[in-house]
Amino acid sequence: MMQLKCPWCGSRDESEFVCGGTTHLIRPDLTANDATWGEYLFFRDNPKGVHLERWRHAYGCGQWFNVARHTLTHEVLSVYAMTDPPPAHS
Amino acid sequence: MASRRLPQPAGTWIDRSHPLSFTFNGRKLSGFRGDTLASALLANGVRLVGRSFKLHRPRGVWSCGVEEPSALVDIGQGARRTPNVRTTLLPLAEGLAAESVHCWPGVGFDVGALAGACAALLPAGFYYKTFKWPNWHWFEPAIRRMAGLGRAPTAPDADHYEEVAADADVLVIGAGVAGLAAAVAAARAGARTLLLASGAQVGGALSFDADPEVAALAASARELGVRIQLRTSAFGVYDHNLVCATESVSPEGAADLPGCVLRERLWKIRARAVIAAAGALERPLLFPDNDRPGVMLASAAHKYAQAFGVACGQRAVIAANCDGAYRVAASLAAAGVEILAVVDRREGAAPIAGAAGLRVLTGTTLTAVHGARSVRGCTVAPLAGGRRERLHCDLILNAGGYAPAVHLHSQAGGKLRWVAESAMFVPDGAAPGLTSVGACAGVLARAAAVSHATEVGEALARGLAPPQAPVGGAGRSDDITRVPGVRGKQFVDLQNDVLAEDVALAARENYRSVEHLKRYTTTGMGTDQGKTSNINALILMGEYTSQTPAQVGTTRFRPPFAPVTLGTIVGRRVGALYRPLKRLPAHDWHAAQGALFETFGDWCRPAAYPRTGETLDAAAQREAATVRKCAGLFDGSPLGKLEVYGPDAARFLDLMYVGTLSTLRIGQARYGVLLNENGTLVDDGIVARLSEQRFWVNTSTAGFDRTATAFEEWLQCEYVDFKVLITPVTSRWANITVAGPRAWEWLASLGFEAALAPASMPHMTLRDSVWESHPLRVLRASFSGELGYEVNLPADHAAALLTRLWAHAEELGATLYGIEALQVMRVEKGYIHIGTDTDGTTLPGDVGLARGIERKAAPFVGHRSLLRPASRDPTRLQLVGLMPLDGRTPLPVGAQIAPEPPPALTEGHVTSSYLSPELGLPVALAMLKGGSQRTGEELRVHHLGTMIEARVVKLPFVDPAGGRVHG
Repeated sequence: MMQLKCPWCGSRDESEFVCGGTTHLIRPDLTANDATWGEYLFFRDNPKGVHLERWRHAYGCGQWFNVARHTLTHEVLSVYAMTDPPPAHS
Repeated sequence: MASRRLPQPAGTWIDRSHPLSFTFNGRKLSGFRGDTLASALLANGVRLVGRSFKLHRPRGVWSCGVEEPSALVDIGQGARRTPNVRTTLLPLAEGLAAESVHCWPGVGFDVGALAGACAALLPAGFYYKTFKWPNWHWFEPAIRRMAGLGRAPTAPDADHYEEVAADADVLVIGAGVAGLAAAVAAARAGARTLLLASGAQVGGALSFDADPEVAALAASARELGVRIQLRTSAFGVYDHNLVCATESVSPEGAADLPGCVLRERLWKIRARAVIAAAGALERPLLFPDNDRPGVMLASAAHKYAQAFGVACGQRAVIAANCDGAYRVAASLAAAGVEILAVVDRREGAAPIAGAAGLRVLTGTTLTAVHGARSVRGCTVAPLAGGRRERLHCDLILNAGGYAPAVHLHSQAGGKLRWVAESAMFVPDGAAPGLTSVGACAGVLARAAAVSHATEVGEALARGLAPPQAPVGGAGRSDDITRVPGVRGKQFVDLQNDVLAEDVALAARENYRSVEHLKRYTTTGMGTDQGKTSNINALILMGEYTSQTPAQVGTTRFRPPFAPVTLGTIVGRRVGALYRPLKRLPAHDWHAAQGALFETFGDWCRPAAYPRTGETLDAAAQREAATVRKCAGLFDGSPLGKLEVYGPDAARFLDLMYVGTLSTLRIGQARYGVLLNENGTLVDDGIVARLSEQRFWVNTSTAGFDRTATAFEEWLQCEYVDFKVLITPVTSRWANITVAGPRAWEWLASLGFEAALAPASMPHMTLRDSVWESHPLRVLRASFSGELGYEVNLPADHAAALLTRLWAHAEELGATLYGIEALQVMRVEKGYIHIGTDTDGTTLPGDVGLARGIERKAAPFVGHRSLLRPASRDPTRLQLVGLMPLDGRTPLPVGAQIAPEPPPALTEGHVTSSYLSPELGLPVALAMLKGGSQRTGEELRVHHLGTMIEARVVKLPFVDPAGGRVHG
């Protein structure tokens, strides 16, 4: 079980959190064609390496935050705010 | 009697002044405090302990620890029955009753042993090959009955288990001399150190020797404040240095709960650094009939003699492939066991210290074992050929070399390397977060192990990189294991009855990868997970495929290291604590009124209030009819409630809901549906405006969590510049609903203010009020289709309001109603219930809720998906009303609509179905292809082989003009 560092509550077990999937997605607007919209809704990268994702401290303070996690080693490279830009190591 | 108790001073762990009696297969026997069941059985001369898994061969005690493949028993009865307990770890207790597993009618005469005669039909992967004609399923039941191990308990576990969380700077797993040294060094360097010992003593392999170095280290550990946890075995290493361990609670600590026993604790330990000091296992040798009772591991016989004062036999032969064999031989000889010979298969093995006076045969191997239920002798012969000799021994000991316990290292993601000289796998450097020391690191020389462990403990305590392990000290051991060119079964895996020839077969049939080998032959499976068979299996595979063991490689070790009781993992999350239910604030009041409670989602709620002898359905019909005629009282407290406020609250709700909510006037309420980005319905509810910047949001009961979660996600992750706060207030407010034509009359009789009267407070408006000093938030809304008041008030006051209302019910002729009556009425009105009538594909237009979307200017979640061609397909499943043509037969929920009986393409399905008390007819809601254009059409509804004809009707079934809700 991983440990994640909630920016508000500190390090807690993974079981207190819910993963919200890939972060930094750009939502196309209403005028986007169906293929572009479908791409946004249903297609995600599944990298072997660093993945930028968002997590929520669901059984804690409720805070959403971003995590850069290595999908092979589960190493957490950084935890950063929803409004922060992607970190350099991605 | 081959095995027996030795005189004192042998037996440092047993207390001879404290005898215990126990039974084995009904036979009354005795042992001492400190014995394990295995040592006590051996002390009583019991050799035959069980039968093997597949071939039902007689088996005895093989080891003296966690690696035991054979000597498993079932203990206890009924709820306390525990199957497949390793006798080698089970502490003897007064009155213990153990039974052999896997034999019928008894271990001595076992019908299943006939399988041994049919072994030719049972090669590796036999279920793919034999018993195929005429049909595997003819044979399967009998084969399954003969397979398997112990029998499961027959009743829920009566005992208790609990969970402990712990953290440490340095966690040391294993309290042998290396583990102790590491823990002492870490603690001395200032680290908070936790040390786990799997047994009741520290000292590991030296714990029964009164070793002065162990005693000194143990004393230092206590002085330095190392937390030592006995009887605690780590079974898994997980991400980010989480180590899980089970603690067997000692009998003294177990009786702290009356009527039940605390059996085990699950430890979840998070450590900055983990040190594995798990020791090494012994690798057996292969020779014909190497599974007979009386053949066992040499280290085990040594431990039985020293710790338990038990001689496993009187005349021993040691089958050797390592130098350690000679130390064991000397030690056993000193304890009074005659050593007939050390049969060393290594050519030219040099005599070592301790070998003096022993008969040593080098380049020699066992070619036969005599005796079926107990060893009576063996035949040995030089490997190069030559004269055979029969030795009249009653004990054959395996000393095949060391197998470092690399399991935790491998679990942590560490790599292994092969040390050819000693024929063993050792950790190839440290694993992420976990460093191995001592024998499990391949450091077998004691002094080197202690100094390396000390350096590692200190380095990790200081956050420095640990030094490399000085692998060595295991001596020479050949990477060869079976005896070629002899008859008889040579067992690789005793628990799964895997023979050397099975591995050869797997190689011939090209199951050569270790992962295939394991699954095809089942070697390394079962309760022992191949602790004494894995290395031999892959050495054999290497031999058959001309590879080195390093090229063959190992399977990745996975948790758990040893079997874990399910109860330990579950802990206290059983019974009522498995999923605690939420109760209404006025639960006891409802119980006093005779409520029939049922579980709805997370809530325990009244389904109805049946009178004596009345069924649930009849009660629901009566309650619904009374609401429509007169009035009813319903506890809607679980309804989800959120307050949304801030300068951007209106803009935010426009974004979340399909409808436009920013145009609501203060005090006005509106129905809204919430979509996800696929455009499918997530929840519905009512939103009312409390003030310019403040809204009251009612969600559905079941949809509260997902609505509140969605609101937060959009606010925190997407619309981060919106100034909005969301407060969940579900449990703060009770919701008491009064519905029916006489609802206002009822409330007025209690003195509710006149401003709430239907004439001055229209349908879908909200008003704050006060009743007898209770603050109220009253919403005029209706899920029943009748005049309805949802009276929200502080939760603590719910029972008071219910009591006062109920006091007036009789004179009015009003009723209490539960969830069932509410369902009846909402179906009569054609109101959907999200998740019942809708599913993960339902769009708002499918249930007639797309009005206003074309005109809405503001963006909202799910909008783009509603513009897809598929979303506008006129043949989508759409909500319709259905009634049976015969006016009698209910349409079952889930029944399929199709012109032909199944299997056929379905046109839709029934989603909700009730008898309408108003119409006296069955009515149903259904999702039907193109349903909105099919009113009046006659259809066929199929259910479990019956067909019901039905007609599509316009919704709602009751009060189509909708006048009643206005009062």
